[in-house]
Amino acid sequence: MDGSKAGLVVVGASLAGLRAVESARRAGYSGAITLIGEEVHAPYDRPPLSKQFLVDSPNPVPLCTEEDLRERLGVRLLLGRAAAGLDPDAHVVRLDGGHQVPYHRAIIATGAKARGLNGSGGLAGVHTLRTVEDASAIRDALTPGTRVVVVGAGFIGAEIASSAVSVGATVTIVEAAPAPLVRAVGELVGTELARLHDLAGVRVVLGARITELLGTARVTGVRLADGQVVRADVVVVGIGAVPATEWLSGSGVELDPVDGGIVCDAFLRTSVADVYAAGDVASWPNAIMDQRMRMENWTGAAELGARAAVNALFPDRATAFETVPYFWSDWYGSRIQFAGTALAERAEIVTSDVEHAQFVALYSTGSRLAGAATLNQPAKIMKLRRLIQRRASLDEAVQLLQRSRTVPVPEPVAGRAQPCP
Amino acid sequence: MEIHVDRARCTGIGMCESVTADYFEVLDDGTLVLHRVDVPEHDIALIEDAVRACPAAALSLESGHEV
Repeated sequence: MDGSKAGLVVVGASLAGLRAVESARRAGYSGAITLIGEEVHAPYDRPPLSKQFLVDSPNPVPLCTEEDLRERLGVRLLLGRAAAGLDPDAHVVRLDGGHQVPYHRAIIATGAKARGLNGSGGLAGVHTLRTVEDASAIRDALTPGTRVVVVGAGFIGAEIASSAVSVGATVTIVEAAPAPLVRAVGELVGTELARLHDLAGVRVVLGARITELLGTARVTGVRLADGQVVRADVVVVGIGAVPATEWLSGSGVELDPVDGGIVCDAFLRTSVADVYAAGDVASWPNAIMDQRMRMENWTGAAELGARAAVNALFPDRATAFETVPYFWSDWYGSRIQFAGTALAERAEIVTSDVEHAQFVALYSTGSRLAGAATLNQPAKIMKLRRLIQRRASLDEAVQLLQRSRTVPVPEPVAGRAQPCP
Repeated sequence: MEIHVDRARCTGIGMCESVTADYFEVLDDGTLVLHRVDVPEHDIALIEDAVRACPAAALSLESGHEV
C-alpha cells in the first residue's frame, strides 16, 4: 500500500500531541493527520487542575476546540479511543476494540498515568489527579473543615495541599522520603521549600510509609508504619506518574526498563522506524544538559511535540532536540521556578530572604551552572535559564545575581545535590 | 504588528523572556514588561514563538493601527 497516504498519526491528544499537529501544519505538511485521544475531551490544560480548578475555576481551560482541530488544522479526531497496540511491520496503531489506524509516520504522546496506592481499590474518598474528571472529584470533596491527607510531597501533592488549604480544609502531607522533592530539586532545596507548608499550617510527616488505608466503604484515615493513625475524610495520592506505555509492550518500541519511558535518539526517533515520541513518555539524550532525560512538564511537552512533528515529516529539516528543562509550581501564593537539572554535583542557596520568602539556589557540576531553583524571584529564573543554555559557569550566575539583587545576601549555604549518574 | 498582553492571564511565568529578552522581561514582582511593542517583519516568527510558548495564553500578536 502507499504508506504516505496514511499520513501522520499522533497518539495522545494532550499538549504534546496538539503541539505536534500544529507544528506539522505550520511546517507545511498537507497530508492526512489523525489525532487519537483516550479522553473524550479536546486537548485541555493540565497545570490548572491542581491549582485554580480546585478552588474557583469551574471549567477546564481548553487548549484547542474540536472544531478548530477538524477545520483549521484538518485533523481527523478519534477521541475517547485508547490505543491498544502498535504494529511496526504493518504500520498500524491498533485501538481498543480492534479498529486499526494505518500510519506513514507516528508520534507517540500518550503522557503518563498517576501512580496509585496499593490497596486503595474500591475505597471511596481516595483520589489521584491526572484528568479533569479526577480534578472534579477532588474539588467536590474539598470543603471547609474537610480533613485531607495528601500522600506525597511532590509538586502535585504540594499544589493540591495549597488548594485544599485555600478552601478551608485541614491538610496533612505524608511523604515516604526523608525530604520532599529530592528527585526533582535535590535535598537542600526540597527541605527549604517544605517550610512553605509549615508557614501555611500544613503538617508534613516525612519518612512515613503508609501501611494501611482505614475504612470499609469510605476512607477514614491512613495508618503509618510507626503505628500512627492520621484521620482523613479525603485522601489524595500524589506519588508521581508513570509513562503510559504499557500498550506498546511487544510492539518492538524500546522502553526504558526502569521507568517505562520510550527510549528515543536525539531526533526523538524511537527504536522502530517511522515512529517518534514526545511529551512525558519521551526519554532522549539532551545534549545541552549532557544527560538522557525524560521531562514531565508543560514546557517540555510543548517543545517535544513541535519538534517531533517536524523531524518525523521533514527529514531534511530534522534537528536534534535539546532544551534546558523549565517548570514552575504555585504553593500558597508563592511561585517556585526551576530550570536545568538537579542531577548536579553541588547545590547552594546563593541569595535568601526569609522574611519575604525568597531564595535563589544554584546547581553546578564542575564549574558549569547546571540548574537554578527560585522562590518568588520571577525576574531571575529566565536569565539563569539562558546562562545554563549557553553553558555558562556558576561564577557568571553568581555575578548576575549580585548585579540584580535587591535583598541582602547572606553567606551561601552549601549542600549536597544528587550525585551525577 | 503589535504585541498584546492579557494582564488578567499573565502570571509572569517567563517563557516569553526565554524566547527573546529583547522584547520581554519579567520583573521582581512578576510583572511582565515589554521593551518593544511593535514587531517588524523580520521578528514576526520569533514573536509568534513567544506567543505559542506562553503557558497562560496571555500573549497575542495583532495588527497595529496604521500610522
